[in-house]
Amino acid sequence: MEAERLGFMTRLWMFFWLPFKVLFDSSAAWKVEQALTGASSVALPQPAAEKPQPPPEPKPEKKAEPAKPKEPDVAQALHLLAVLQRDGRFVDFLQEDVAAATDDQVGAAARIVHEGCRKALAQYFTLQPVRNEAEGTQIVVPEGFDPSQIRLTGNVTGKPPFRGTLAHPGWRAAEVRLPAPPDGQDVRVIAPAEVEL
Amino acid sequence: MPRYALGIDLGTTNSALSFVALDEDATAAPALLPVPQVVHAGEVGTRELLPSFLYLPGAVELPAGALALPWDPARSYAVGAFAREQGESVSARLVSSAKSWLSYAGVDRRSAILPWASPADVEKVSPVDASARYLQHLREAWNAEHPDAPLEDQDLVITVPASFDAVARELTVEAAHQAGIGERLTLLEEPQAALYAWVAANGDGWRKQVQVGDLILVVDLGGGTTDLSLIAVGEEEGTLQLRRVAVGDHILLGGDNMDLALAYAVRTRLEAEGKKLDDWQMRALTYGCRTAKEELFADPARQSFPVVVPGRGSKLIGGAIRTELTRDELTRTLVDGFFPVVGSDARPQVPRRVGLTTLGLPYASDPAVTRHLAAFLGRQIGAAANLPAGIHAAGRSYLHPTAVLFNGGVTKAPVLRDRIVEVLDAWAAAEGGAKVKVLEGGDPDLAVAKGAAYYGRVRAGRGVRIRGGAARSYYVGIERAELAVPGIPPRIDAVCVAPFGMEEGSETTLPDVLGLVVGEPAVFPFFASSSRRDDPVAVRVDPAELEELSPIETTLAGPAGQVVSVQLHARYTEVGTLELAAVDPATGNRWKLEYNVRAE
Repeated sequence: MEAERLGFMTRLWMFFWLPFKVLFDSSAAWKVEQALTGASSVALPQPAAEKPQPPPEPKPEKKAEPAKPKEPDVAQALHLLAVLQRDGRFVDFLQEDVAAATDDQVGAAARIVHEGCRKALAQYFTLQPVRNEAEGTQIVVPEGFDPSQIRLTGNVTGKPPFRGTLAHPGWRAAEVRLPAPPDGQDVRVIAPAEVEL
Repeated sequence: MPRYALGIDLGTTNSALSFVALDEDATAAPALLPVPQVVHAGEVGTRELLPSFLYLPGAVELPAGALALPWDPARSYAVGAFAREQGESVSARLVSSAKSWLSYAGVDRRSAILPWASPADVEKVSPVDASARYLQHLREAWNAEHPDAPLEDQDLVITVPASFDAVARELTVEAAHQAGIGERLTLLEEPQAALYAWVAANGDGWRKQVQVGDLILVVDLGGGTTDLSLIAVGEEEGTLQLRRVAVGDHILLGGDNMDLALAYAVRTRLEAEGKKLDDWQMRALTYGCRTAKEELFADPARQSFPVVVPGRGSKLIGGAIRTELTRDELTRTLVDGFFPVVGSDARPQVPRRVGLTTLGLPYASDPAVTRHLAAFLGRQIGAAANLPAGIHAAGRSYLHPTAVLFNGGVTKAPVLRDRIVEVLDAWAAAEGGAKVKVLEGGDPDLAVAKGAAYYGRVRAGRGVRIRGGAARSYYVGIERAELAVPGIPPRIDAVCVAPFGMEEGSETTLPDVLGLVVGEPAVFPFFASSSRRDDPVAVRVDPAELEELSPIETTLAGPAGQVVSVQLHARYTEVGTLELAAVDPATGNRWKLEYNVRAE
């Protein structure tokens, strides 16, 4: 029960945060990925249901140039948070205590978050899988592959080329259309307080 | 020299601009201009449609620069997506449905009355101003993209509902002038634009889908209005000809009413369960119902779709109300509520007059589109005599369309299209007629804009043109020459000044000679009819049988007190408006008669 809820939340989390992390903070993205791999047996993705399970398998990759901002752009990051909150009540959802809520209630709220954030995501990003093969296919990871694009798990021994099963095709932001944060506004305000007159 | 033909769909809820290069070959399809607009405070994005909403913010309401546009960093009002969204929570500052106000004679359409019924300290604009600002936004968006081919120098077609009378058309042109547009402007009826778009989309194939003797019914169900037209397919010198033979009345009934009806149905159920919704939640419910409706229409196998109304505060999970829209509710409320199966003799139900009514837009009191449709086809039976042979048969009680073209967002739902076709077929079967065929290949959201651009090219000489002329006959009220009786106002005759179907560019003259006093305003009552198609110029009619429009007036310049003998002239212009003038036959002096839209 508990695990299932966590699994669901994690999926949402990954769904929204992975592109963001990868985009603005490559080292954080790497850390998250590592944490995910390490934690996968601990508390993270449980249910058999959806796509989320991270550990992808070795595979070849030639394309190389991901944009690498050196410094995290705080204003952009906060603006993305603001967008997700505005369109999908994202921060409200994560800040609320779900322990006392029933799965029905969490599910109902998740629909709001999912619909709104999905729209925002589609508006500002074009997402593509890193690998186009279907999950579960056997693929070959060639020599000189890019480890930021392919993470090897399981019995990692010897030298490439490796043969393995594609456990997760990955995500890549092919296009980013995130607008600049509006001028002259406090970027740290993720959602303004609302006062009904 | 214009390089493009541009078409603007100036809609009740959404506007769009389409264009086609004039030097391209005739098969090039009209494209759509992505319109930059403020989509959130401080954020400009491009959308295919420009929502026809105007938001007039208070002085301290938004951060500085929140409404900046690429071409105007200091813009003080918002048009488009953000205006609509912001206006949902601050409705007193939102101008919506300006187009419906433009055609409503019950108010002074040139005075600052919108947002309607909002507090005195809110800035206000007139329906003409609001329309002008939408047009201006489109002009600026185009000019930013095409600095070498400014919009005001291109051939421009603006669409209006077929049901717009001469006054509403004139005011639309006035709005265009106010927006700096107008040198090369033409008006086009929306259902015609939809048919042009269909012709454009089908290429030469359209001649295979319709034959001589077809009568095409265009059903245009938009966000706010329902517009009906009949277009006959005839033949001239071996080629197919299209002629618009009848247009319907202005019916303020559309998709927004339908979404609201769904939300009310769901709210009633929620209230029965003891859950109260405030205004904010009601809007969220309406939004949720619209999504649910679209999902249910898209997947006929689904029996229900969840609707979640989020909590107002930061408690998203605790405050959310979850319910669902069932297929049964959807069918009952929307399909049977707005498109009931009725006979061809059904007519819209007029409610009993309530003693006190609030002044405001005259929304249709009967929501049944099928009844409005029956009334339209029945009333237009008089057009039968003017149709090409073979379309009408004796003994029928209404005009049987043989084909139907759907337009407007509402008609994207297959269930609703099927219902309209089912009803039309049942009517025809009862009188021994054939089933209608549905003209496929339309584009319900964008056809009007695209068809307008296509028409611009047709006017430049390429492609088939829909003929039609004036969709109404027009009458001027003239006092009877008889002995005055104290206490009794002189009786008025309505004299036909512009006959039904009057061609563009043609002019008529009334034989009556009137004496007008110089220096004093001369005011004439003005009337129209969409069904009296046989009245020739100068025929006298009882005004009770006509629809009264805003009066027309002029003030003759010259030495005060002098009386001048004039005759009234009417000209149906190339733009698509009706121009009236008083002409002194002796001197040739001409005074234009203006539409007086001040409310009585």
